[in-house]
Amino acid sequence: MSAKPGMNGSSGAHPRLILRGITKRYPGVLANDRIDLTLGAGEIHALLGENGAGKSTLVQIVYGVVRADAGRILWNGAAVTVDGPAGARALGIGMVFQHFSLFESLTVAENVALGLDPKSEAGARDMAALSARIAEVSARYGLTLDPEARVFDLSVGERQRVEIVRCLLQDPSLLIMDEPTSVLTPQEADQLFETLRRLAAEGRTILYISHKLDEIRRLCDSATILRGGRVVATCDPRTETAPSLARLMIGEEVRATRKETAGAKPRMDELLRVEGLSMKATNPLGTPLHDVRLRLREGEILGIAGVAGNGQNTLLAALSGELPAPRADAIRFEGVSIGLEGARARRDRGINFVPEDRLGHGAVADLSLADNALLSGWRRWSLVRRGLVSFARSRERAEQVVARFSVAAPGAHAAARSLSGGNLQKFIIGREIMQRPRLLIAAHPTWGVDAGAAAAIHKALIELAASGAGVIVVSQDLDELFTLADRVAVICAGRLSASRPAHEVTAEDVGLMMGGLFDAAIAKGGGVPSETGDTRDGG
Amino acid sequence: MDILSMILMSVVAAATPLLFAGLGELVTEKAGVLNLGVEGMMLMGAVIGFAVTAVTGTAFLGIPAAALAGAAMAGLFALLTLNLLANQVATGLALTLFGVGLSSLIGQDFVGTPLDRLPQLDIPGLSTVPVIGPVLFGQDALVYLSLLAVGGVVWFLARTRAGLVLKAVGENPAAAHRLGHSVLGVRWLAVLFGGAMSGIGGAYLSLAYTPLWAENMTAGRGWIALALVVFATWRPGRVLLGAYLFGGVTIAQLHAQSAGIDIPSQFMSMLPYVATILVLVLISRDATRIRLNAPASIGKVFHPGG
Repeated sequence: MSAKPGMNGSSGAHPRLILRGITKRYPGVLANDRIDLTLGAGEIHALLGENGAGKSTLVQIVYGVVRADAGRILWNGAAVTVDGPAGARALGIGMVFQHFSLFESLTVAENVALGLDPKSEAGARDMAALSARIAEVSARYGLTLDPEARVFDLSVGERQRVEIVRCLLQDPSLLIMDEPTSVLTPQEADQLFETLRRLAAEGRTILYISHKLDEIRRLCDSATILRGGRVVATCDPRTETAPSLARLMIGEEVRATRKETAGAKPRMDELLRVEGLSMKATNPLGTPLHDVRLRLREGEILGIAGVAGNGQNTLLAALSGELPAPRADAIRFEGVSIGLEGARARRDRGINFVPEDRLGHGAVADLSLADNALLSGWRRWSLVRRGLVSFARSRERAEQVVARFSVAAPGAHAAARSLSGGNLQKFIIGREIMQRPRLLIAAHPTWGVDAGAAAAIHKALIELAASGAGVIVVSQDLDELFTLADRVAVICAGRLSASRPAHEVTAEDVGLMMGGLFDAAIAKGGGVPSETGDTRDGG
Repeated sequence: MDILSMILMSVVAAATPLLFAGLGELVTEKAGVLNLGVEGMMLMGAVIGFAVTAVTGTAFLGIPAAALAGAAMAGLFALLTLNLLANQVATGLALTLFGVGLSSLIGQDFVGTPLDRLPQLDIPGLSTVPVIGPVLFGQDALVYLSLLAVGGVVWFLARTRAGLVLKAVGENPAAAHRLGHSVLGVRWLAVLFGGAMSGIGGAYLSLAYTPLWAENMTAGRGWIALALVVFATWRPGRVLLGAYLFGGVTIAQLHAQSAGIDIPSQFMSMLPYVATILVLVLISRDATRIRLNAPASIGKVFHPGG
C-alpha cells in the first residue's frame, strides 16, 4: 500500500467529490431534496442531522447502495455513476457502516479477506501475506489488532477497527464513517479521532456522519447540516457552539431536560437490593456476572453505563426474571427475596421491563398494538377474565397509551411492525409506565430514536420516578444517563462498579470505568464513596 | 479373503452412502441452507443410477447420471427456497416425499433386474496384504471417491477463498451481500453439490451395497446423514467418523443376530442409530465450538432487498 492515496492528476485542481442536486424519493417521503455537497482532499467533513434527516440515504447514494432519482456526482472533477458498492470501492470510496458487516466465527484476517476483491488484491489469496499487511496497516494508524483472533472474542471497538482496516487495505481516498462512536467508550473514540486525523493528514477525505455535537466540533473541519432531507446550513463547526449547531439541526432551541440532581431529595425507602449476584450468561458467548450489587430507592433513577457486551444482557435478564438468579436472596424487592421468581411473578409485584430489542422482545412484530398491550399488561390491567380475553379492553388500553404518549399510529389495530422505531419505543415505554410499575427497568430506551421522541421518553421516565417509582436505565449513551440518572454505575466484564451521584461524575470518569479501570476513576474522583458505602475494587 | 477382511469390507460398504450424503449436506448447511430432502435425493440417485447402468451396461454412465438426478432434485429445492423464498423445512420434507414416489414410479420396471456389483479396483501389490489389504486397497471406485471427498471438503472449507465465502454466507448472509458476494449464487452451488453427493450416495446403495433396485431402499439413511451432520458439529472429519461408526455397528449387529444372540432383533436394528448419535453427542459437547462451527443463518430465508 502506498503512503498516499491513489490520486490521479486531476485531483489537485478539483475537489474530490461534488454532489449537485441529489434527490431521492421514497413512497411518502422525500429523503433527499436537491442536496449539494463539496468535499476537498484531506478534509474531515461532518454530515450532521437527526434520525430521518436523510444522512443515511445520501451516503448510501455516494456508496452506490441506493440510486438517486436525480442529481450529479462528480469524482475528482469527472461525472460518474456509482454502480453498487464494488463500483464505489473501485473509485476509491470506502465506507464503515454503523452496523458492522462482520462474521463472528471467522478470524480477523478472514473477515478482511472477504471484503477484498480477489482479482485486484494479491494479498487476498495468501492469508499469511494478508495477515502481514493487516499488521502493517494497524501499526501505522494505531489500530491494534491481532489478525488471527476470532471476531466474537473482540470488543466493539476492536470490531470497528476490523472494518476500518478492511477499508484502508483498499487504499480509499474518501472514507465514509457512519456514526462510528455510537458504540465506543470515550477513550476508544479519542483513539479513533487520532486515526482519522492521521488519515486526513495523508490527503484522504473523511465524511463523518454523526449527531453528536461535541465530537464534531472537536474533529471536523467543516460541516453540512441536514434537516428533513435538505441542506439547512454549511459551517465550520470549530467556530460554532454546541447549542448553535443543535439549533441548526433540530430547528428550535433544545430544551435542557437535565434534572436538578444537586438538589437533595428526601430519603425514600429502599426498593431494590441486589447482593452477591453471580451467574452464567444466557448464551455461551454472553458475559457472566460476578458479584453484582446495587441498591435503588423509591423515586430514584439509577443509570448503568457500559460498552455493549459487558454483561448488560445477563443483568437485565436477572432483574426482569427472564433468567432467575441462583439464590432467592440475591435480589430483594421491598424486603422480599425474589431472586428465584420468574418474569410473571415479578410483573405481579410491579416490576416492569423494557427490553433492548423492540421487535421480537419488546413487541411481537405482526401483532396489533392492542394485542401487544395484552401480552404485557394482561394481569395488571385484568384483561383476561375466566380464561377469556377482553379484546375491547385491550384495545382501549392500547388507545390510551397511543393518546397519552403521542404515538404516531393509525390506531390500536396497527401492527407493531408498521410503526417507526421511535414510535414503537414510545408505545412500549408508555405501555409499561401506564401499568403503574413500582420499578421500571429500561434497556437503551432511546436507542435509534430521534431527538423529539427521545425527549418525550426522558420526560416520561423522570415523571415516573417523581411519582415514587424506582427506575433503572441501562444505556451506552452517556448524555442520556447524565440527563436522567440520579446515580450512575458502570458495568464492565460482568462486574458492576459502585454507583456515584451523577453530578459528581464526569464523562471521563465513566469512560475510564467503561474500560474496567474502576479504581483509577474513583481515585481521580477523590475517592467519593457511594452512599451505601460499598466502594469496592473492580479488577 | 478371510472372514475379518470381509467384515471390514462390509463395514466400509455400509458407511459409504452415509458419507457421501452427509458430506453433501454439510456443504449445503455450511452455506446456511437446511435441505431435509436428502432421503428423496438419495432415492432418485439410486433409481436413476441403477436404471442407466442396467440400460447402458456401464456404471461409468450410471454414476454421473445419479449425481445429475440428485442435483436436479436439489435444483428444484433451490428454486423454491432460494428464489421463491419458500420455507426450507417444509420444502425439504416435500422433496423427500416427492423423491420416494417418483423413484418408485421410475423403478417399477427394474424391480428384480439383476446387475453386476460395481467392480473392485485392486491396487496392485497393496491389496494382497493380509486383513487390511483388501479393506484399504481393494475397494470399488466410489469408496475411494468418498474418502477423497472428505479431504476435498476439508481443504475447500479451510483453505480456499471460495470456502471462506461459503462459510461467510452461512454465517451472515446480509453482511456477505453488503460486501458484494452473491448469496444466492453461493447457496445455489452449495445446494446442487449437496444434491449430487446425495445422488451418488444413493447410487452406491443400488450399484454396490446391494446391486438391485427395491422401492424405498435407502431405509432412512438420508435422515441419518442429516443427523450425522448436526451431531458431527459440521466437521467433515467427524462425519467420516460417524458414518464408519454407523456402518460398523450395523454390520456387528447383523452378525450378532445371525449368531443367534438372544436379544430382540428390533433392539439390535436400533443399535447403529443410537450408538452413532450417542458417541457424536458425547464428543461434541463444547458449546463454544458448536457456536463456531454451526452456520448461524441456517434455515433462514434470505432476501437481498430486505
